[in-house]
Amino acid sequence: MKTAGVDVGSLAGKALILEDGRILSWGLVPTGPDSAETATEAMDAALKQAGLTLGDIEFIVSTGYGRVVVPFAHKNITEISCHAKGSNYFFPGVRTILDMGGQDCKAIRCDGTGKVVNFAMNDKCAAGAGRSMEVMADLLQIPLVDIGPRSLNVEKGEVSVSSTCTVFAKSEVLAHLRQGAPTNDILAGLCAALATRVYGLLKRVGIEPEFVISGGIAKNVGVVARVEQKVGLKASICFEPQIVGALGAAIFARETLLKQQKKPVTA
Amino acid sequence: MLSIGIDAGSLTTKAVLMEESKVLSRALVHSSTRNAAVAAIDECLAKAGLKAGDVLAIVATGIGRNEVAQATGHATEIICDARGAVQALPDARTVMDLGAESSRLIRCDSSGRVTDFVLNDKCAAGTGVFMDAMSKALRVPMPDMGELSLKSTQDVNITSMCVVFAESEVVSQIHRKVAKEDILSGIHKSIATRLYGMLNRVGNEKQVVAVGGLARNIGVIKWIRELAGTEVLVPEYPEYAGAVGAALIAADRNKS
Repeated sequence: MKTAGVDVGSLAGKALILEDGRILSWGLVPTGPDSAETATEAMDAALKQAGLTLGDIEFIVSTGYGRVVVPFAHKNITEISCHAKGSNYFFPGVRTILDMGGQDCKAIRCDGTGKVVNFAMNDKCAAGAGRSMEVMADLLQIPLVDIGPRSLNVEKGEVSVSSTCTVFAKSEVLAHLRQGAPTNDILAGLCAALATRVYGLLKRVGIEPEFVISGGIAKNVGVVARVEQKVGLKASICFEPQIVGALGAAIFARETLLKQQKKPVTA
Repeated sequence: MLSIGIDAGSLTTKAVLMEESKVLSRALVHSSTRNAAVAAIDECLAKAGLKAGDVLAIVATGIGRNEVAQATGHATEIICDARGAVQALPDARTVMDLGAESSRLIRCDSSGRVTDFVLNDKCAAGTGVFMDAMSKALRVPMPDMGELSLKSTQDVNITSMCVVFAESEVVSQIHRKVAKEDILSGIHKSIATRLYGMLNRVGNEKQVVAVGGLARNIGVIKWIRELAGTEVLVPEYPEYAGAVGAALIAADRNKS
């Protein structure tokens, strides 16, 4: 049985194909202006890698902020549910999830089956979302992937960034640069500020092990290390933290199909 | 009695030279200018044909007030805004200061004394920075935004509160070929909604007066009027309200 999950996020589109509960392939593409196109691109990438066509997939669930416009999806489910489901696949003991995407951040509590019991979310403000890191990478003209490692390599001492708002923080960072602060020290301050923001969200739902971080920000070692320090727990991170939502969606697709097949056929 | 009020804001520095309650001259310079406060004071004096020794009291306000070396005293922008607004429009009881990096809603009495206030300086949404970012995204100069927004024929909602997210939202609407006027109207409605929320928190009594640079934007004022269902007046020189308040306070302090 082949099912798929498509997660159309604000900055990346993800698709994943599941065969009898095993991950066959996935695709990861940047989100374009048209969400439906992004979904198709991600799906095509996953299909190509598995050597399949869309017709081979029996059931597709979409998720993410663009989930309602995915033209080939049979059903859509919120990203909160999908992230809990996907995290449970990799880490069956998971109880607390921090999912930080491009334009939002979620703290999710789930039970042993990956069912959501509580969550808190910030999708109103760029501070505390992955987007703030993109803005800063752009401002400091360094690759996004360098932020984490460089933030752990402090030269003189962490420079604290006191503005919450990303727009105001940009001016503050520029002022620090003018005063001669090393870029690494500013990056340390930015990662620490982001960690503080998301820790607030985690505290609202309560933290219980096992603790999982998913979403693009899980690839930033500087933020992960600082969140772990605040939480006091080591975070479990799967090999590709950006596909967790799509994986959850693909699992929901499989469960839906299994449920349908169990029903007696009424002619 | 001559006094000077200087308002060192995040974007611009304003100075006014007053004789009692009469404004003799005004000057506005960019805050990023070297010695902006000195430049603004000198310009004021030159315009009035006076020299520094003629002025007895200088009160500084604004975010950069502590860096004004010539100041004989300081006062917060909240106190100065209220005083300046009541001076310009005596019925003012609720003052909205629409600044570059902060917005303030102030309640005051007939003498311009502050009774309550709400301040936003944490989030760029609801401040001039928001409009500046939108002006760049749409490539419409700031002074033209308000007028152009009034030509809107279709309602467009900007749902993102965050400036960073709103930028992406506006760009995607440009891609979808939504008319600039309509996007602009949505932008003005969005910022006005934020300000209206603050207005509700302090409450509006009698006359609402808008001051600060953004008060010159007719689109913002129109939407606040519409949302609040009340008249919102704008004095002739809205950006100088804080500086006028500071000059009046300088004169008061010198008398007592």
